[in-house]
Amino acid sequence: MSDARRRIVVGPFNRVEGDLEVTLDIDDGRVAAAYVNAPLYRGFEQILAGKDPRDALVIAPRICGICSVSQSMAAAYALADAQRLAMPRNGDLATNLVLAAENVADHFTHFYLFFMPDFARAVYASEPWYASLAQRFTATVGDAAREAIGARAQWLHLMGLLAGKWPHTLGLQPGGSTRPILAQECLRLLLQIAGFRRFLEQVTFGDRLEAIVALDSAAALSGWADAAPPHSSDLRRFLAIADALGLDGLGRAGDRFMSYGSHLIDGEHLFAPGLWHHGLQSLDTALIGEDLSHSWMQGDAAHHPSRGVTLPEPDKAGAYSWCKAPRLDGAVVEVGALARQVVDGHPLVRDLVAASGGNVRNRVVARLLEVARVVIAMEDWVRALVPGEPFCHTAPLPDNADGVGLVEAARGSLGHWLSVRDGRIANYQIVAPTTWNFSPRDAAGVPGALEQALVGAPLRDGETSPLAAQHIVRSFDPCMVCTVH
Amino acid sequence: MNHTLDVLWLQSGGCGGCTMSLLCAESPDLISTLELGGIRLLWHPALSEASGDEVTGLLQRVVDGEVPVDVLCVEGSMLRGPFGSGRFHMLAGSARPMIDWVSDLARHSRYTMAVGSCAAFGGITASGSNPADACGLQYDGSHPGGLLGDAYRSGAGLPVINVAGCPTHPNWVLETLLALARSGFDVDDLDALQRPRSFADQLVHHGCPRNEYYEYKASARAPSQLGCLMEHMGCLGTQAHADCNTRLWNGEGSCIRGGYACINCTAPEFEEPGHPFTVTPSIAGIPVGLPTDMPKAWFVALSSLSKAATPERLKTNAVSDHARIAPKVKSTRYR
Repeated sequence: MSDARRRIVVGPFNRVEGDLEVTLDIDDGRVAAAYVNAPLYRGFEQILAGKDPRDALVIAPRICGICSVSQSMAAAYALADAQRLAMPRNGDLATNLVLAAENVADHFTHFYLFFMPDFARAVYASEPWYASLAQRFTATVGDAAREAIGARAQWLHLMGLLAGKWPHTLGLQPGGSTRPILAQECLRLLLQIAGFRRFLEQVTFGDRLEAIVALDSAAALSGWADAAPPHSSDLRRFLAIADALGLDGLGRAGDRFMSYGSHLIDGEHLFAPGLWHHGLQSLDTALIGEDLSHSWMQGDAAHHPSRGVTLPEPDKAGAYSWCKAPRLDGAVVEVGALARQVVDGHPLVRDLVAASGGNVRNRVVARLLEVARVVIAMEDWVRALVPGEPFCHTAPLPDNADGVGLVEAARGSLGHWLSVRDGRIANYQIVAPTTWNFSPRDAAGVPGALEQALVGAPLRDGETSPLAAQHIVRSFDPCMVCTVH
Repeated sequence: MNHTLDVLWLQSGGCGGCTMSLLCAESPDLISTLELGGIRLLWHPALSEASGDEVTGLLQRVVDGEVPVDVLCVEGSMLRGPFGSGRFHMLAGSARPMIDWVSDLARHSRYTMAVGSCAAFGGITASGSNPADACGLQYDGSHPGGLLGDAYRSGAGLPVINVAGCPTHPNWVLETLLALARSGFDVDDLDALQRPRSFADQLVHHGCPRNEYYEYKASARAPSQLGCLMEHMGCLGTQAHADCNTRLWNGEGSCIRGGYACINCTAPEFEEPGHPFTVTPSIAGIPVGLPTDMPKAWFVALSSLSKAATPERLKTNAVSDHARIAPKVKSTRYR
């Protein structure tokens, strides 16, 4: 390669969950091609094989310390599906409160601790906005780090009450929640949510949550941002930087968005399932296939996860990641808060995507919008709990059964496919959100969503770990320990 | 405090949950605790600014003896596979197995701390067929050895400090670091499994809110019921070394307070209990795992006595998901 055309290997990426390595081909100061490697393999699908099916509730959450409850919920749903068991209404409400508490905490953690500190890096020292940004967001020492970490810890008191602890609760069961909630505890839950709402409204948004949820177009968002100075809230600070750096022109992938649908209560989702590609389409999960062509995994044919196999082959030719390459009807999809909100039809996100597609700015906006929407819903769910009514049902587990558990983790669609034979787990396949977003190429050579999104990212002079690429990577809020598991 | 304790934190074959738990520290919050306690993070994968070659460069300078490290914290198990190569975790950007990095770095740390049961013993990653050949820093399950070997001692002359737990409570980690920062920690502060005695000399049973049900062997039989979880639901709280019910998690929780069994996650090989986690194995109606320090004959005798004496209130409430019978209000004149 000439000087203009060269290859760099970037990693480890800090402030993503788990380890990540990205190889970038650089041409004329921009990324020409990207290869994403998830460098850690533990083998949870192999670990689960042969276990008592109920043990999945202990093992699966430990795939991931940040999506722990999402993994719990997917395992509980897969078991419930195998048992043909439905939760009582209190169980639906309580387990969804736990899932929502995790998703909101994850979005919040991502914004304050993982994503924003990159704008406080010295590379930006000459920018007019730098001084105030650095004061607020510099990793570990900025004002926001301390404030947010404290608010997050308070928020997770919800977990202490609803689920015993976080991460790694055993409170979410196929038939509901192990933790019946008393009337006085409902009041405490409302108070805890109200405390966090106040932080969001005073610090994060600088406005009522309802006002954020009511923003219905890109123009409305701009108008809202301009109505007060950037330092009046952290969302306004971000929007000002996004404008200054053109973050809406950075990190676009294929704009095909998938959501399994989130928070199913009384047979209805809070956020609807579906597929968005130039318009809303129905989602058929039977069309999922996991391609292995560039993964250090035995086998070549793409299988539906219900028939999937996970056997490492570390010396496989042409492979460059432990991550499989899930595809929907052969196509790359992007998952996450942006996908959920565009599929669900929130007018602001639909308009942002129509204007500029999936990109760094829109992913962050969708995530914060979702925080506002979910916190409001959680208040309703607490009020809907009926203390004294059941929180958990039980049913025998058949010796031979299959089950599927589909949920939305903070960072996107998570699926568990379970087969029980002779009372033991015969096969357990997991496709995690970042498996979708950070997949390697498939047999047709089509790069995964992040690999596409990185193409065109600019390098500043002398950069060895280009910051634009880091913004793009973190805009997906990746969870690498889930990715390969 | 005047001393500054320089901490280098690495993650390998785990879930990152001990870090996520650490972020839940309170009174004061994590950032304040580190600042006020004189603890400086040279690098932490979830918190620090540095990425890429800034990180691999730092690690190399530590290995070269140019940057001193007071505490090497390792989270996640050590992955020796496939076939001893360590390739199941190559540290990104370095083309080197993480186990090689950890072995080299551990030669330069004053103290080496395993954060969580994965790094201590292998943990959940070593469960089942242990496909990644996972082990702990100085244990392979319950066997001394692990990655660094039984003879390993850090610069200060201590074996690996096993802050076990799945995950760890934030204060188990922070209080151990604070003790190290004050140089007030030696081998007598570790128990037989090298866990800090500050939390490991206690049992999860201490402070259990279901104690009255335990006393009368009034037991839950299904999830969400209020009774003791030991007899049927797999609870190992009477054997598990930790202070979960006196210290509490996320403000007001613990596993048992959340309505589910303690699975003894601070112990080596907790991941392979030999029975489903949430089912208590029993022989002739007597649980196989008896409370720590309790002779079997006594347990059997006391159980049958207390079962015979179980008040109706406990018998009923134990199998209900809310208290159906409240304690009787006694006359205050005859106490």
